[in-house]
Amino acid sequence: MKSQKIDNFSRRNFLKTSILASGGMLIGFNLLKACKPEAVMPVDIESLNFNDFNAFIKISNDGYITVFSPNPEIGQGVKTSMPMIIAEELDVEWSKVNVIQGVLDTKNFKRQIAGGSQSIRSSWDAFRQTGATAKQMLVNAAAIKWNVDASTCKASKGIITNANGDKLGYGEVVKEAALLEVPEDVKLKEIKDYTIIGQEIVNVDMDKIILGKPLFGLDYKAEGMVYASVLRPPIFGQKLESFDASEAKKINGVLDVITIGEKVRKYIQLGKKNWTFKLSETDKVVVIAENTWAAIKGKKVLSAIWLDDTKLESTEDHDNILTKILDTKKSNIRREDGNVEKAFSTADKVVEKTYHSPFLPHNCMEPMNFYADVTADKIHLVGSVQTPEYAAAVVADMLGYDVNNVHLEMTRMGGGFGRRLYGDFVYEAAEISAVIKKPVKLISTREDDMTTGIYKPSVKYRIKAALKDGKVTSYHLKEAAIGSNMYGSIPNFFPAGCIPNYKVETGNYKSNITTGAWRAPYTNFLAFAEQSFFDELAIELNVDPIQLRIDLLQNVKETDDKRIEYSGQRMEDTIKLVREKANWGETPEGVYQGFAAYYSHNTHVAEIAEIELKNGLPIIKKVTVAVDCGVVVNPSGARNQVEGGVLDGIGHAMYADFSFKNGKPEHENFDSYRLIRMNETPQVEVHFVKNNLSPTGLGEPGLPPAGGAVSNAINAALGKRMYKQPFVKELKKRNVLG
Amino acid sequence: MPNYTIHVNGKERFVTADADTPLLWVLRDELNLVGTKFGCGIAQCGACTVHLDGVATRSCQMQVSIIEDAKITTIEGLSDDGKHPVQEAWKELDVPQCGYCQAGQIMTATAFLKENKNPSEEEIRVAMHGNICRCASYNRIERAVKVAAEKMS
Repeated sequence: MKSQKIDNFSRRNFLKTSILASGGMLIGFNLLKACKPEAVMPVDIESLNFNDFNAFIKISNDGYITVFSPNPEIGQGVKTSMPMIIAEELDVEWSKVNVIQGVLDTKNFKRQIAGGSQSIRSSWDAFRQTGATAKQMLVNAAAIKWNVDASTCKASKGIITNANGDKLGYGEVVKEAALLEVPEDVKLKEIKDYTIIGQEIVNVDMDKIILGKPLFGLDYKAEGMVYASVLRPPIFGQKLESFDASEAKKINGVLDVITIGEKVRKYIQLGKKNWTFKLSETDKVVVIAENTWAAIKGKKVLSAIWLDDTKLESTEDHDNILTKILDTKKSNIRREDGNVEKAFSTADKVVEKTYHSPFLPHNCMEPMNFYADVTADKIHLVGSVQTPEYAAAVVADMLGYDVNNVHLEMTRMGGGFGRRLYGDFVYEAAEISAVIKKPVKLISTREDDMTTGIYKPSVKYRIKAALKDGKVTSYHLKEAAIGSNMYGSIPNFFPAGCIPNYKVETGNYKSNITTGAWRAPYTNFLAFAEQSFFDELAIELNVDPIQLRIDLLQNVKETDDKRIEYSGQRMEDTIKLVREKANWGETPEGVYQGFAAYYSHNTHVAEIAEIELKNGLPIIKKVTVAVDCGVVVNPSGARNQVEGGVLDGIGHAMYADFSFKNGKPEHENFDSYRLIRMNETPQVEVHFVKNNLSPTGLGEPGLPPAGGAVSNAINAALGKRMYKQPFVKELKKRNVLG
Repeated sequence: MPNYTIHVNGKERFVTADADTPLLWVLRDELNLVGTKFGCGIAQCGACTVHLDGVATRSCQMQVSIIEDAKITTIEGLSDDGKHPVQEAWKELDVPQCGYCQAGQIMTATAFLKENKNPSEEEIRVAMHGNICRCASYNRIERAVKVAAEKMS
């Protein structure tokens, strides 16, 4: 086996071992320092204690391994896949591995966030290093015991052997191993030798899920805990004028009615607001009760007067605002190559289309909730939040505590989709507990979540392309958004680098409606617009839509533009895989295909949707997907993410509609807000591009191409182009659906 | 507040609750049976599905005062050890993503399979359409119901 020396960083700088009082060996490592080789250690390694580490492995005397998974689990599978990586390099049987959700270390935590599909990507090297280093230490300890050279020993499945055929289990040498120096030069396994990575491993919380054991934030309870339901302004931006709690107080089980808001205002004045903080300054009315039902009932009968300090916008107003932004010359140029205007003036043909998507709520199945217990000297927080590190910091500042006295326990989350990046419900729960001086569980109803939460921004894209001599010579995209605009490297995604004259610009309007990240932020809808547009261009140019993409990608393969992070070659390979697997263009009569491909979150994805017509209505039957996410750590979990992402993308593109009337959301629960259901789902068939490259994200990248693939298939079947989500509304308008 | 005797997972349980309290909150808050989930509160999502005399029922719509005679089964009472064929199928196919809706999905599936031992794909899709999975693990749920049916036959 070839030795693969990793010289990126010194293991001594991020890994430390110790003997446990209960027996066994504890290995602590710091994910941040491991992931950022350039990071300089702030203090001398010898003075570090285990508070400086954020991930742990325990090897017990009987050879059982406990991995404390440091990243929040929102359904993306990292609680299973991250420990798999450690177990692989440590070389133990998966059946001997137990996974426990790590507790937030408020002192030294860095990337303890579930978001942006980055968990696996940023920890791949660190986890492999840690597992391999621990294994080497165990081997070294056994070698000392046997008085042989460590290089003559081998370890596999938790057993160390030497040339004489002697055997020692990991558990038998942990005590000695923990005292050894951390080796600098360890071998990482070659991919062909993997026995755990690449296996179909079942979700580590499976038994708890199917038995209905307490697992999620909402399931957490503590002695003396009361329940709280919060009345927030019905229109974003309103302020509380007065309220009457007399009816609420008559309800059995209602203990008190209070207001909160003061701590939030003080916190805002501190000027330390971070991006997870989206609360307004208004007071809110809170019903405190013995049980959830009393809290919900009490809130229903509260009466409150809210002052309008805001324009009462309706969806039609938003529509006009977005169009105005598209029409104005004022904008923020995000990338510009060549001269788009000149190319338009000399084109054979110019194609221009506008695409529109509404605000969308996240609708995590587990409504927002959090437990908080604020006492004189410390704060205990428990629940489902994607950004535990920020949540602890905000609560500490808000209530004037040292962050070291904030203890945050993460639970499994009933969905995130970006909603739980924003800790408003944590901050509210903490303020409530501080006011009533009791442990409290803040609970939200579905209506609370859907009408007073955070939304995907409503967005319009106008895309214009020049066609000349059978080629796309110019591409100009403008984004108008309510809330914030596309971020980071998105303007450098496809087709940047493929078309000589290229311009992406953005403009936005600040509304009181709170917006934020929503699964695959911006690209969730941008990909639909762009990929529908390219389908139209292919028809205009009379070329196969897949061939058009492949031809364009040739132009970016040799690019020396460092801003471009997608790979022309990997995208082409991914597209070719889906073309082959879906038998592109060779479907039986009555089956219509649509193609889309998109790179996001470091992963290349291509999808082909198939539609059949039933009594003239389009039925989405199947979606074939090809994904290049590097090494697939857990194929079962990986396919699950892609299947879910594709269906989520289709569901929202087809059905999701959210509107406002005079500032108030017009949808508040699943009776009027439509989510995709089983009888509407196609079968999703997932294929992975096989390579040995480092793994990249999967929680999000399956979603963006789905809307485009379906929209292009609808056009193939019915000759109707979709320019606005949701598609069912468009199809009804055009008399396709009854 | 009045007292009620309800029959949950083969046991008599005495609870004190307002007459209009939904069974969902009695299970979760009073009896600590938190496997039954709150999703929408208006019988649209199916996260709170339990069996009432063997029939899949939305516990968010069942007031505690009218179910004293019924036999209630929750996810915790489906089997002692997770060995119900539906639970086994869920595990075999690694169905859950976030997992929050799955108790409701499993309770709908078990009641359905009692009535229909050999369902077609279309029958499964229709029977399960009342349960929302926001992660959209629908393909696997569909296959797991099929596998469970085969295990039970």
